[in-house]
Order: sequence, then structure tokens, then C-alpha cells
Amino acid sequence: MTDAELRDHSAATQARVDYLVVADMVTPGARVLDVGCGDGALLTLLTERKGVDGRGIELSREGVAQCVARGHAVIQGDADTDLIDYPTDCFDYVVLSQTLQATRNPRKVLEQMLRIGRHAVVSFPNFGHWRVRSSLFFNGRMPVTANLRYNWYDTPNIHFCTIADFVALVDEIPARIDKAVALNASGAELGFNAPWWFWNIMGEQAVFLLRRV
Amino acid sequence: MPTKSARALSEAETPHSAVVRFGMDQPLLLDAGQFFAPLQVAYQTYGTLNAARTNAILICHALTGDQHVANIHPVTGKAGWWEIMIGPGKLIDTDRYFVICANVLGACMGTSGPSSLNPETGKPYGLDFPVVTIGDMVKAQAMLVEHLGISQLLSVVGGSMGGMQVLDWAARYPDRVFSAMPIATGAKHSAQNIAFDEVGRQAVMADPDWRGGRYLEEGTRPIKGLSVARMAAHITYLSEQALQRKFGRELQNREARTFSFDADFQVESYLRHQGSTFVERFDANSYLYLTRAMNYFDLAADHGGRLAHAFTGSKTRFCVISFTSDWLFPTSDSRAIVHALNAAGAPVSFVEIESDKGHDAFLLDEPALFSTMGGFLEAAAKARGV
Repeated sequence: MTDAELRDHSAATQARVDYLVVADMVTPGARVLDVGCGDGALLTLLTERKGVDGRGIELSREGVAQCVARGHAVIQGDADTDLIDYPTDCFDYVVLSQTLQATRNPRKVLEQMLRIGRHAVVSFPNFGHWRVRSSLFFNGRMPVTANLRYNWYDTPNIHFCTIADFVALVDEIPARIDKAVALNASGAELGFNAPWWFWNIMGEQAVFLLRRV
Repeated sequence: MPTKSARALSEAETPHSAVVRFGMDQPLLLDAGQFFAPLQVAYQTYGTLNAARTNAILICHALTGDQHVANIHPVTGKAGWWEIMIGPGKLIDTDRYFVICANVLGACMGTSGPSSLNPETGKPYGLDFPVVTIGDMVKAQAMLVEHLGISQLLSVVGGSMGGMQVLDWAARYPDRVFSAMPIATGAKHSAQNIAFDEVGRQAVMADPDWRGGRYLEEGTRPIKGLSVARMAAHITYLSEQALQRKFGRELQNREARTFSFDADFQVESYLRHQGSTFVERFDANSYLYLTRAMNYFDLAADHGGRLAHAFTGSKTRFCVISFTSDWLFPTSDSRAIVHALNAAGAPVSFVEIESDKGHDAFLLDEPALFSTMGGFLEAAAKARGV
């Protein structure tokens, strides 16, 4: 495999690990809204494994068309502007998978998610990961890694945060963290008892299950 | 050989279509509060109904469409209005699905309308025909579908006024609609929509040949008024960009301006042509009735002012589609439908398709429209076991 293929392979594997962690957090048969559902892969996984009643929002028309062809009910829309149109408490879980960093107002999006659903499941790349830190520290350049594959000037990811930043935001909103999982670069879960600072360095991505307080 | 308009007139009573007649014993209760009977419904079908009766798709036509959706039109000799969508091997594959399209109530191609003969007088109804609604059209279609022995439609599909019927079908008979595709439509007419229609109606009624609606009896035809109505309406079906691209300020078969009121510009010539071909096949009174039905359509008002209430508990899967350059039924109209369906908890998908072709885009070869509709229909058929 070339480097690029390796990166793609690793990214695809990680995406699946990320989805599996999300799927673990969702109770069977729940009503789930997947915000930024892409081609519907997570919705398909949740429907097949957990029997959820799944819906989605996706920005790209091509993504919506793929989801629709897979039998999912998906609306072309924008997490920043369209969540406001959903009634309060209409879902058990609202999932935001690897999309938080691409929203214009992450805090508002999170608040809307916790209004629409009783739980929010959020996964995001950790900007505190040691590779990111070392790229900045040693090269003085914005990091381009397997998980963060864009250059600074063309990235859709406009609001990066670290795991510690995210935990602080959850405190501010406020919401309760029911569960948190950090995954290392090879997609393995970090030990549950590890302190936040350790996760914040070793976790390449994190998945949080939040609950409205 | 009879003229096109003579052929069109004969289509009203004895159409080149299958016909079902509901007698005095099966009256249709209209929204206006009166019973209508006898009722004739003219329709086309394509393909074969399967043994389980689960593969039927109902197509609802728009204001100036008719039931000839995928066959040569008996009056104009042109291809069906959605022949790019429907046929053997096409997106709505008639080798696989049983496709039904009925002429709507109040129209002029064989379903009861103002140019039909009033059995009480033996003369055309004219303005004695009751004012009908989108809901009345749907109730008449439901009688046909029941007559055909189909208890649930795999899908109900339509654009514009057809999309209004799709919404009414889903709200009125949720158990009889497995999936629904309302395209380029709205749950109500806006003030602007009503305004344009009123211009059209006033043009018809201002024509001295309209004769208070009794032109068929008096042997005249308000073709000037109807033609102007069509010209005005046709502008609303196109986007400014599409008009500019097609015509710009190009002159029609001439080198220079003629300093007259002749059709100097190509766009004028085009609109005049649209007007004159339309009047050959369409009845002026039907135009009044059908635009009125659209004006009256307000699904939320029928459900206590909340559109979501129209779809409470609905299990129908919806696929709502709009076009970026459609200013007759803009995307905001479709989004209002989507919000209501979401609020009602109904499974709904929505896409806004990039197109500069305006409202008429739903009738044209738009790849994104085809891929979305195809994927949705395929998933619905799979879920229904077709």
C-alpha cells in the first residue's frame, strides 16, 4: 500500500471504530437523529444492529441521495441553521459524528441537540493529541495527519477543540457526561480509569454520550 | 379532419382513455358541501398490477397536464408529459410497476368538468359546475383506485398541483399511501400564486367570447383570453436565468426592430406560441376551476391551522423535492412541508436540486431529480416487497 492508501485505509477503519463506539452508546429501538449523516453508513449500522428508528440531516445533496437510496429518511440541511426546526424531545439520541469541528457555532449546535434529544452523542478529533502537539511544537506547522487531512486554508474544520476544551464546554452548557471513550491512533479504546490529561494527549478521537441536566 | 380544438372538445365527453362512471348511487361529497353525481373519471394505466396488488403507483398531474403521462397525446400528437420518467426500463419502470394517471376533477380530458354535459340540462355545465378543491380531486381518484381493487398505493407522485394532490392523499388516506413524492409544490398557495392566477382568470373572463362561461353553447371560444392567461402563467414556470439563456434580447426572424407591436423579440414569439398551442387543447372554464382549486388549497387550515396535524401518526415515507430557481413554489414551501412532517414524526427525506430551469424543472431531464427519485422508489419497493 502507498502512504495515501494506508492513510485512507486507516481513516476508513477508524471511522468504523468510531461508529461502533457510537452504536454501543445507543439503546436498541431508540429514535435517533444523525446530524451530518454523510452517505448513511452510521444510520445503516444503527438500523441493522440496534433496530433504531433513524433519521438524518446532511449538507450535500449527493449524500442525501445516497442515504435515500439506502432507505433512510434524510433531509438536506445544515446543523447550524436547521436543528432549530425540530420539536423539543422528538428523539432519544441526537448523534453528531466528526462534524462538531465543522460547525459555525458548536455550542449552539450542542444546545440544540440536547433540546431535540434527551441524549447527545458527539465524536470529534482531539486537537490535543500528541501528534498534533508535536507537529506544532517541532515543525511549527498546522498538523496534517491521518485524521486531519486538510491544509489549514482549505479545511472545513473551523472549530477544532481538545478533549479538555470539550469537557469545559459541556460544563458550561451545562450537560452531564454519561459516558466518554477515547480512541488511540490505531482505534483502540484508552483505559477507562486514565485521567483526562492522559486522554487529552493519547486520544486521537473521542466519543461522548451527554445528557441534558 | 376535425380541428385540434374539436378533437379536444370530444375528449371531454368521450376520451381516448379508459373511463369509469360512478352513478347517482355513488355521489361524491364535495368540500363545497354538495353531492356530485354522476361522476366520470378518465384514466390511463401502464404496466400490470401484480397478484399481491402492491406495485401500483399513482401519478398526479399538474394544472395544464392530463392523464396522458406516458403515451402519445390524442389531441396534440406529442409524447406524454412525463415520458422521460415513465415507461419500460425507465425510472418508473412500467415492466415492474403498475402506473395509474387520472384526469383530475374539473379538467377537460374526460373526467367530469365544466365542459362535460350536465345530465339535467343536456348542455355543458359551464359555470354550473360546482367549484371543486384539491381534496375533491383526490377523493375522485380514491374512488378510481378502489374501483381498480387497490387498497394501498406503493407511491403517489406529482409535481406542482400534482404535488398538492400527493400531500392531500397522504393526509386524507395515510393507510393507502405507502410512499409519497411531492415535488416542486407547497401545502398552500401564496398571495403571489393567487395573484398570478387571478390575472389569468380575469384575462379569460374579459374575453367577449367567454360569454359568461356559456361559450360552448354559443359556439364561441375565448381563445384570446385563455392564451393571455397561459402566457402570463408560463413566465412563472421559468426562471429569469432560463428566459435570459433561451432568448436574451434576440430578435425573431428579423434584422432590426420594426417599430411596431409585432413580436419583434424571440421571447414574445415564444410566449405567443405557448398561448396559441395551449388553447387548442385546454378548456377555458377548466382553467378557471383548476386555478381556483389550487388557490383554495391550504392543508394546515384544514387541520386546525397546524400543518403537522395533517400528518399525525403517518407511517407514509415522504420524499420532498424542490428546485433552487423555482420561484412559483420556492424551497421555503417545501421546507415548511418537511418541518411539519418532522414535527409529526413522519419519515421524510428532502433535497433541494440545483437547477436554473425554474418551476418546470420537475418535467425536465434533471439527473439529480432522477437519481433521488430512483433511489427513493427503489428503497420503498424493497421495503414493500415489490
